[in-house]
Amino acid sequence: MYVAVKGGERAIDNAHAWLAEERRGDLSVAEMSIAQIREQLSLAVNRVMAEGSLYDPDLAALAIKQSRGDLIEAIFLIRAYRTTLPRFGATVPVETGEMRCDRRISATFKEAPGGQVLGPTFDYTHRLLDFKLAAEGEPATAPQSEGRTDPTPHITGFLQGEDLIQTEPRDETEPRDITRQPMSYPADRATRAQALARGDEGFVLSLAYSTQRGYAKNHAFVGELRIGLVDVEMEIPELGFSIDIGEVQLTECETVNQFAGSKTEPPQFTRGYGLVFGQTERKAISMALVDRALRWEELGEDFKGAPAQDEEFVLSHCDNIQATGFLEHIKLPHYVDFQSELELVRKMRREAADNAAAQEAAQ
Amino acid sequence: MADETTDTERRKAWMSLLAKAPEADLLDLWRAYGTAPAFDWLRAPEAGGVMVRGRLGGTGAPFNLGEMTVTRCSLSLQDGTVGHAYVQGRSKPKAEAAALIDALMQTGAAAEIQGRILAPLGNLMADRTKTRAAKAAATKVDFFTMVRGDNA
Repeated sequence: MYVAVKGGERAIDNAHAWLAEERRGDLSVAEMSIAQIREQLSLAVNRVMAEGSLYDPDLAALAIKQSRGDLIEAIFLIRAYRTTLPRFGATVPVETGEMRCDRRISATFKEAPGGQVLGPTFDYTHRLLDFKLAAEGEPATAPQSEGRTDPTPHITGFLQGEDLIQTEPRDETEPRDITRQPMSYPADRATRAQALARGDEGFVLSLAYSTQRGYAKNHAFVGELRIGLVDVEMEIPELGFSIDIGEVQLTECETVNQFAGSKTEPPQFTRGYGLVFGQTERKAISMALVDRALRWEELGEDFKGAPAQDEEFVLSHCDNIQATGFLEHIKLPHYVDFQSELELVRKMRREAADNAAAQEAAQ
Repeated sequence: MADETTDTERRKAWMSLLAKAPEADLLDLWRAYGTAPAFDWLRAPEAGGVMVRGRLGGTGAPFNLGEMTVTRCSLSLQDGTVGHAYVQGRSKPKAEAAALIDALMQTGAAAEIQGRILAPLGNLMADRTKTRAAKAAATKVDFFTMVRGDNA
């Protein structure tokens, strides 16, 4: 039996009105602008762009304001918005080797050509609360010195020169797009990369951490981590040539992992790859570790039953919008489902009681 | 043929610059230019998404990284010159200004547009790039080796 229930409109309207008021908070405190969020909470903006899978800092800032700082809710808003956009096409793959790096470090080569460039990092801060930020005041100007004008070479290029690391051969296969085609398994590495790039930072981080702790162990060095701006180029059909349609900030992580070799091939380092929108290095490193763990079959390793090796497990649970959608729906009215469960339990209890009474009578 | 290639290269350069230009800078320079030529829309400004691709390992197979917002439009001036724009973000005024500049760059106004809009815009953007590179360079680590033991 299906029972339609009406009601709640007034309660919902009033709840939303109160939400708007609570979002604004104390009226004696100045309201935040979108520009303030974009400029001053830029790492939150970056996370929303990465997991919302849409690069637009103003929209991400708006979503953060609307969601009262609940980043998964903000990501949800961005994902919903992106479905309304007509798709103009796909870009030429970005050239991360041409990145204008704000930060570029290598944990494997101290004297890497191009140097160890720290950039605006939290590393080496003492993680002590800075009460100066609670007072108003402008920061001191960052020092400058002679900047690079040439691109910074990729570290893996040096290892490749000696054939010590696997190559990533150039290939022009049209990648599958999980926003257009439903996921199916087995998935190829490009499909996994798309899912991981927009996957939940916390989930991908925990899986990456599990590989470090010994589940699907494949000890990783951060061969290179770089953050900076790259040009985005696209072929324009009406022009017949390509132009830059914009520039995006990206974080790229390349890991160098334990070797694989075989009877025919000498031992070589293997690699994991992470590429994420914005300054998002925790996520990019995590993505690289999980990418590497998922490559076990291709690299002839054993399946050790580790979660990070299980493609279907990883890919079907890394999306926080799918996860939260399914998780949170259980708080919505299930009166009818529950009513039938209730009827069932009552019926079973009645039957049990009847059986017990019948047995007693028989004895 | 050589001229055609050069023309394409030049157009590619100005369209790329306009696409990446911060909206406020572009609109300030466009307004300061002060001429608003009459035009007809061939395609009114429309915001959309473009799938940004990366390559596995930086050099390997392409994969879909995520989308970015882009606004495009096309217009024609009274003399029939067609201007196109594909610019980053969702700003219709930015797309309109970029398409008008693209059209005017194909007319006798090119030198003036180049001098009053594109050159100053390019300089502004190059200065910002240079400043970031200079700040990054100041965070480059200079290693020094400490002398170990007393066998100096």
